[in-house]
Amino acid sequence: MTATSDNLSMLEAPGINWRRQIRFALVGGLSSAFIALAGMPVGLDGRNIIRPILSMGYLALLWVPFVFASLAGSVVILEGMTERERDAKDLAAGALVGLGSSSGLILLMILIQNFNLRDPLVNWSPQLLNLLSFDRSIGLGMLLWLILGTTLGLLGGAMHVVPGKVRSRILAVALAVFAVSVLETFLTDLLEGFGLEVLTDFVYYKRGGLEVLGAVVVAALTLMIPLMVGSKIKDIKTRVVEMPNEERRRVNLLLLTVCAALMLVLPFFLGKITNELLANVGLFVLLALGLNIVVGLAGILDLGYVAFFAVGGYTTAVLTSPNSPGFSPELPWPVALIVVVVLTGIVGLFIGAPVIRMRGDYLAIVTLGFGEIIRLLFLSDWLSGWFGGAQGITNIPGVDVGIGTVKGTDPRSVFLLVLVFCAIAIYVSWRLEHSRLGRAWMAIREDEDVAEAMGVNTTNTKLMAFVVGAVLASFSGAIFSAKVGSIFPTSFLMLVSIIILVVVIVGGMGNIVGVIVGALVLIGVLGGPKQPGLLQEFSQFKLLIYGALLVWMMLKRPEGLVPNVRRTRELHQEEFLQDAWLKGEIDTDDHEDSP
Amino acid sequence: MPLLELRGVNTHYGAVHILKDVDLAIYPGELVCLLGGNASGKSTTLKTLLGMVTPTTGDVVLDGEIVTHQSTSYRVERGVTMVPENRRLFKRLSVKENLELGAYLRSDREGIANDMERIFELFPRVKERMNQKSGTLSGGEQQMVALGRALMSDPRVLLMDEPSMGLAPALVQANFELIQQIHEEGVAIFMVEQNANMALSIADRGWVLQTGKVVLDDSAEALLANPELRASYLGESDNR
Repeated sequence: MTATSDNLSMLEAPGINWRRQIRFALVGGLSSAFIALAGMPVGLDGRNIIRPILSMGYLALLWVPFVFASLAGSVVILEGMTERERDAKDLAAGALVGLGSSSGLILLMILIQNFNLRDPLVNWSPQLLNLLSFDRSIGLGMLLWLILGTTLGLLGGAMHVVPGKVRSRILAVALAVFAVSVLETFLTDLLEGFGLEVLTDFVYYKRGGLEVLGAVVVAALTLMIPLMVGSKIKDIKTRVVEMPNEERRRVNLLLLTVCAALMLVLPFFLGKITNELLANVGLFVLLALGLNIVVGLAGILDLGYVAFFAVGGYTTAVLTSPNSPGFSPELPWPVALIVVVVLTGIVGLFIGAPVIRMRGDYLAIVTLGFGEIIRLLFLSDWLSGWFGGAQGITNIPGVDVGIGTVKGTDPRSVFLLVLVFCAIAIYVSWRLEHSRLGRAWMAIREDEDVAEAMGVNTTNTKLMAFVVGAVLASFSGAIFSAKVGSIFPTSFLMLVSIIILVVVIVGGMGNIVGVIVGALVLIGVLGGPKQPGLLQEFSQFKLLIYGALLVWMMLKRPEGLVPNVRRTRELHQEEFLQDAWLKGEIDTDDHEDSP
Repeated sequence: MPLLELRGVNTHYGAVHILKDVDLAIYPGELVCLLGGNASGKSTTLKTLLGMVTPTTGDVVLDGEIVTHQSTSYRVERGVTMVPENRRLFKRLSVKENLELGAYLRSDREGIANDMERIFELFPRVKERMNQKSGTLSGGEQQMVALGRALMSDPRVLLMDEPSMGLAPALVQANFELIQQIHEEGVAIFMVEQNANMALSIADRGWVLQTGKVVLDDSAEALLANPELRASYLGESDNR
């Protein structure tokens, strides 16, 4: 069993696997056709990335040959392997994959021209054909796709031929241009806040997208900045890492304070739209932090988490709104919040008590049910005397904080309020994670039976996770209620639970920073269940992208966008060990390993 | 007085009768083993002792106190600890976190720190791997952590479920030596084993369980010499 491990060190990375290239070419072709038929090119054509040469619609197709070609050429270098010398063959392989990808579109053009499948496929349209043929003749369009696909595939393959440094520069430039274009609303808003409209006017086209010159400037800056400060940043980093623990902690604390101060100042430099957007992101950060405790730490897959958001929102509405149909004490928001927290905690206990006796799949299904039950209760005629049924509760007042009122028409104040609660939630999450309770949660997540055998009271501990999660969600619900000013059952669809879960998974389960980044990327850029993100045009493709992202993450980066250092190591190590074991390269019980 | 005792215990899973009038007693500081084939009720006995399964009739007695309906954590707090089958560490937690979880119910920081040191002395390898994920350790190292985790609760009796299961043959011997070492420190050990030969060679006494009934209850030497037992269990385990 151990014989093979000796010649492992002499392995060279395997050469081009042509079957893999052909597979990628086929999948690329299918993906291109799928994206086209999903309506992305036509739907997104209105948004410029770089005017007039590149719209989001074309980008939705053009990335395929490039990315697939470079993915097809990538080889995992295992321990003890040497990198293979890349040559022209790799370029040819890339071109092949690119060609395959664009062939999918060419084939689609032929099909659209000759058959009419518009009935099942709404995007099977002349507009698509027009777009695919670049508003010229179909023959010319096909030829162009042939050239574009091959060229982009060639470039994708070339990514492996050029040195690593050049590759990362190219990727950085592409990403920077894309990001600056996508973040247009945010950046314009921010720069206007500082009175720097000149800059944005120069870089952006007035109806959206970068100017060609602007793109060039962004690209040039991306190339120059690392040259100027790159080494300095590295210096500082190594110096901080080498610091003694005490001092490093102080540096970290300082950084944290600066970040917090910046966050508090930021809203004052932002306009309405951006503040609104960030407030929405903040509401989801709160929800995701709560769910992160339930799913990420305690390992309880709760698919009905929206229930607590709903209870928080509705309780606030009932307690504060003069229009509440049944009971209407018109409490001030802060007083109502206390009731909300207590009540949601109790609801958490009641829903949690039966649920946590189950495990795994059953638990997930039952929570899903409870999530819907709560929404249907708010919608029901039976309780409409209390919650207004489908009419909901309107006229919910803002939050009176002495110096002013936090309400939806003033997004800045909402964002500030959300920030405060996010800070509380982050602190609570962080403290809990490193507490005895947090350790018990993680033990249950890892192995519930053994945790019980170690003396962890699993029932109570899991209930605690449910309750803490519920309370964090109720914060979000209470702010949501005051922000929107009215509340309806349709705000609490199952989709909300799913999206919060996706935020947690994509960000990185059990990881506070990851959850925040996940919310920023998904809710901020793509948009939430009802809230538009920076890419408003994307809203109809939001769920498609969420789904694709989720599948990709689960396959390639199970640890999330911002991995927990420990989880990454262990997830990939496990994989590596399993692979090695399957190949018979290691003996898991290592005989000579006696104590 | 026995430390931990089962008195006329009957246990059911649903309608199925698993343990039938089981009586057994573990005295302080002794090393005893429970033998039996598959589905004889060994693991259920262990779970009943720890309180993860509640008997239908009969009592579990800890230190003279009837604890039949007390929780697992109540018993762990009073010195009963289990080393689960196949070690079952919290794989994605570090070695240190695993050990800390062993001391979950203790609040005497100093005692915990001392015990941690003691375990590091016992297993220097564990100290080296302190901050590593326990799932990445080798089988032998995992066994040490599993033992260490159990010892962190400062137990008076250690319930071990198939300690040699899943270990390479060379490790089995070393593992039994470790168990003996822990035993010599005064911890009573109750071991559930299929490897009867090895278990009886270090045990003081033993029981044989067959379809939920205690069919033999004798000293280890007598059991080793018992022809019936030799035929049904030891014959098989000689090949292991």
